[in-house]
Amino acid sequence: MANCKETLEELEPYIDGELSSDAKEHIHGHLDGCVDCQQAFEFHLELKAAIRRKVNNDELPPGLLMRLESCLKEDFDGDGTVGDPSDR
Amino acid sequence: MEYAPQLYSTALRMTRNAADAEDLVQETMMRGYRSFETFEEGTNLRAWLYRILTNAFINRYRSKQRRPIETDLADVEDLYLYKRVTTLENAAVTLSAEDQFLDLFTDDEVKSAVEDLPDTFKLPVILADVEGFAYKEIAEMLDIPVGTVMSRLHRGRKAMQKQLYEYAQARGLVEDPQDSH
Repeated sequence: MANCKETLEELEPYIDGELSSDAKEHIHGHLDGCVDCQQAFEFHLELKAAIRRKVNNDELPPGLLMRLESCLKEDFDGDGTVGDPSDR
Repeated sequence: MEYAPQLYSTALRMTRNAADAEDLVQETMMRGYRSFETFEEGTNLRAWLYRILTNAFINRYRSKQRRPIETDLADVEDLYLYKRVTTLENAAVTLSAEDQFLDLFTDDEVKSAVEDLPDTFKLPVILADVEGFAYKEIAEMLDIPVGTVMSRLHRGRKAMQKQLYEYAQARGLVEDPQDSH
């Protein structure tokens, strides 16, 4: 089982889901019995969730989708030339 | 088109400017369609598009910016925000309400804390914390080793936490340590 120092050092990859199953098990075992580390874990897990929630909510400008669609229609019907083949 | 809103959100954090973000998303989608034959069926389309976006951003803005260097960020101690929040005596929050503490930050404050990071640290933080990509995917997008992704992520997160703490101080959500003794 990992100690406090090891656990806090591995907290980020643990939260990011980047540890091997063995390493994950060591951290998990420590967190189960250590209130302090468990608290630090929960804080950083919530911090990551809060960042995602608060940063990823910009509205797509209404004109952008139309602009993208018209660009793609002009140039990207797959034949490498500009324009829709059915128009020719 | 499914990924356009996410790409736009990321482009906005990268460029900090709506017009530049729109251009960057347009460039990404065009490049994506143009080089679609290089996309391997069965691999992650979203990661592939983000790689194009990241490269477009780096190519477009690299010349305008200082060369990114590892030491571009003052070193901040580990668990910066957590240590301060948990040792507060007169905080407007208690530890049992740490999730509520984080909700005290406005969307704009969190966005600024991310956007204000130097690009070297901002890109890994956005890709990992906002977009949820794996270290290996981020390493491929930024063309750096996985170990470098981890160290930049670690330092970027600490700097972001320091910024958030400063916002909390500025708004009086936590007391200024200088006044506490």
